[in-house]
Amino acid sequence: MLEIKNLHASVENNEILRGIDLTINAGEVHAIMGPNGSGKSTLAHVLAGREGYQITQGEAIYEGKDLLAMLPEERAREGVFLAFQYPVEIAGVSNMYFLRAALNAIRKHRGLDELDAMDFLKMVREKMKLLDMDETLMNRPVNEGFSGGEKKRNEIFQMAVLEPKLAILDETDSGLDIDALRTVSEGINRLRGPERAIVLVTHYQRLLNYVVPDFVHVLSEGRIVKSGGKELALELEEKGYAWLEESAEPMKSGVNP
Amino acid sequence: MTAAKEMPTHFLSSFARLEHQLGQGGDAWFHRVRKEAIGRFAELGFPTTRLEEWKFTNVDPIARMPFHSAEFRADGLPTERLAELPLAHAAFEQRCSRIVFVNGHYNPQLSSRDLPDNLIASSLASAIERNTPSVKQHLARHASVQHQAFVALNTAFLQDGAFIEIPSGVTLDAPIYLLFVSTADEPIASHPRSLIIAGDNSQATIVEDYLSVGTGVYLTNAVTEIVAGENSVVEHYKLQDENEEAFHVATVQVHQARSSIFTHHSISFGGALVRNDVNVALDGEGAQCTLNGLYVTTHKQHVDNHTVIDHIKPHGTSRELYKGILDDRSSAVFNGSIIVRKDAQKTDARQSNKNLLLSENATIDSKPQLEINADDVKCSHGTSIGHLDEDSVYYLRSRGIGAKEARSVLTYGFANDVLNRMKLDAVRVRLECALLARMSGGHTQLEGL
Ligand SMILES: Nc1ncnc2c1ncn2[C@@H]1O[C@H](COP(=O)(O)OP(=O)(O)OP(=O)(O)O)[C@@H](O)[C@H]1O
Ligand SMILES: [Mg+2]
Repeated sequence: MLEIKNLHASVENNEILRGIDLTINAGEVHAIMGPNGSGKSTLAHVLAGREGYQITQGEAIYEGKDLLAMLPEERAREGVFLAFQYPVEIAGVSNMYFLRAALNAIRKHRGLDELDAMDFLKMVREKMKLLDMDETLMNRPVNEGFSGGEKKRNEIFQMAVLEPKLAILDETDSGLDIDALRTVSEGINRLRGPERAIVLVTHYQRLLNYVVPDFVHVLSEGRIVKSGGKELALELEEKGYAWLEESAEPMKSGVNP
Repeated sequence: MTAAKEMPTHFLSSFARLEHQLGQGGDAWFHRVRKEAIGRFAELGFPTTRLEEWKFTNVDPIARMPFHSAEFRADGLPTERLAELPLAHAAFEQRCSRIVFVNGHYNPQLSSRDLPDNLIASSLASAIERNTPSVKQHLARHASVQHQAFVALNTAFLQDGAFIEIPSGVTLDAPIYLLFVSTADEPIASHPRSLIIAGDNSQATIVEDYLSVGTGVYLTNAVTEIVAGENSVVEHYKLQDENEEAFHVATVQVHQARSSIFTHHSISFGGALVRNDVNVALDGEGAQCTLNGLYVTTHKQHVDNHTVIDHIKPHGTSRELYKGILDDRSSAVFNGSIIVRKDAQKTDARQSNKNLLLSENATIDSKPQLEINADDVKCSHGTSIGHLDEDSVYYLRSRGIGAKEARSVLTYGFANDVLNRMKLDAVRVRLECALLARMSGGHTQLEGL
């Protein structure tokens, strides 16, 4: 589904991603962990199409297409979804309007009819119930005045409505209490399926207890320094990242360990 | 660049012609008011940019243009041309009492036939003719001929407009809709003058709507005096969506008595050069005033909003929010003055002006002016000028919404709180449509925004 090869990206001549290689197949769940500032969110935004990054080397092929050449809205319409680490507040635009405009843009792209207000509302109500969301949030401006947890839930709710093929969730679990974490995890698991792939960016094992990943990768200083199965996350929880950064050094200088 | 004071010769000779036309008949008092006004206007001349109040708005183009007076024509405006107007939708049209003015003159054909019995509404011309006592009591007593050249000019040419008197204790269910249409086929100057008197404990909603058919240059120089009696509730809309050649200068002068509630919505979409003066005197204890404004400009439009909220008596409250959306090479001015007099203790005044610049070439001059002479008051003001937030644009796009639509949705969102304060759904919906059409070429869906 997604093949990232030797991806280098800079912001204002600061290289932040320094050669990422990652292959994600349909049906898989990947977790990306790593210390603060290692480039996790940068990778997520580069894939979602935010402006301001220079791609200096490498490529990302999504379903056979050059992902990095597409506009952000085209990527979304093709099924890429990013749950933001810091969701943006949009004054004066209701959640309802926003989501319906988004869904209809995506449906149109897929050759489907636009949903009318009634059908949309019905569908939205169901999904809100599943995520245990207060219905009044629909009529409020997007994320404005939402608590941290409400914002995160709203991201997952959007994902549930838009049904992406490739969902990248950037620290959706941060700042959630255990009950919220459970409902959010359920929302993620419900999306899991053979045609979809999920990338979870997280700092904590906690989420991975509920959404069990197939692969875990450690990102450090813009590179994936270790990949493994779900047990890697447990190991990281126990030992932290320091041992990886040390063992990563020789790899960087090209000396075999 | 300051303009030299120009003698308003055109208007002076027009005035002489009008005097001749009106002849010796008519009311002496009324004649005197007009004569004094032209005298004062001749002294004042058109304002120049050397005057603080006109620093950013150069009215030279108005002074130079050889306008002629709008004459009353019985044929008025063919009904089919009304189709050109972006009127509020039919439900509103049917529910309200409509009074139509064409080039400043009352047009009975286009106006509602049956006005509610509990309301005195007519053309000002006929109210003057009928010697209505409240006209003499209030007309030209509130808007200052002494200091405001355009008010003096309007008063000198005062002939017609709306006269509305809501008797004490009456609540009007349906809004009164005053439509001022200009047929912009020739460079005419019209000076519509309206007087709205809300009796004690009365309640009414009045919409003034300024529109044009045709695309040529003309001048609207309007003055509206509003007298809000004790405990009255007046909601006043002033909508301006004239063609982009039009000059539009308007003064709304409000006098509020004790415990009255006055709300004003000022919308400026059209016009080449627009100047709005809204002056409110809170001249009774516990009066409440809300000014709510939205100006949307593009191309080379220039819109200047000057407001003065004068807290004269204690316990007054004022809330002012003006928002501007400026595109292309357009420019706007916001000058919001709040005066708190010595006796106006416990005044609570808040003012905010927010501007969204959609182009690097658009300019805004925003200036709050607080003059506070009492010590136990709450006053706050704030100004902001900004561009669309690129993170917000990206957020919308990352959900599949196209770049252009994302920008128009965000722009709309910026204006939304001003529109949401409007109680009349029909007016709000019309403005929403107009706004979205301007932003996006009209393809954005509206419902549920
Ligand atoms: N727009 C930007 N301008 C300058 N530097 C940036 C920008 N975006 C990211 N960076 C820098 O790039 C590095 C990686 O940031 P990124 O947000 O991708 O880290 P992260 O792994 O997501 O961290 P966290 O776990 O704290 O969320 C940091 O050093 C950050 O300061
Ligand atoms: Mg991050």
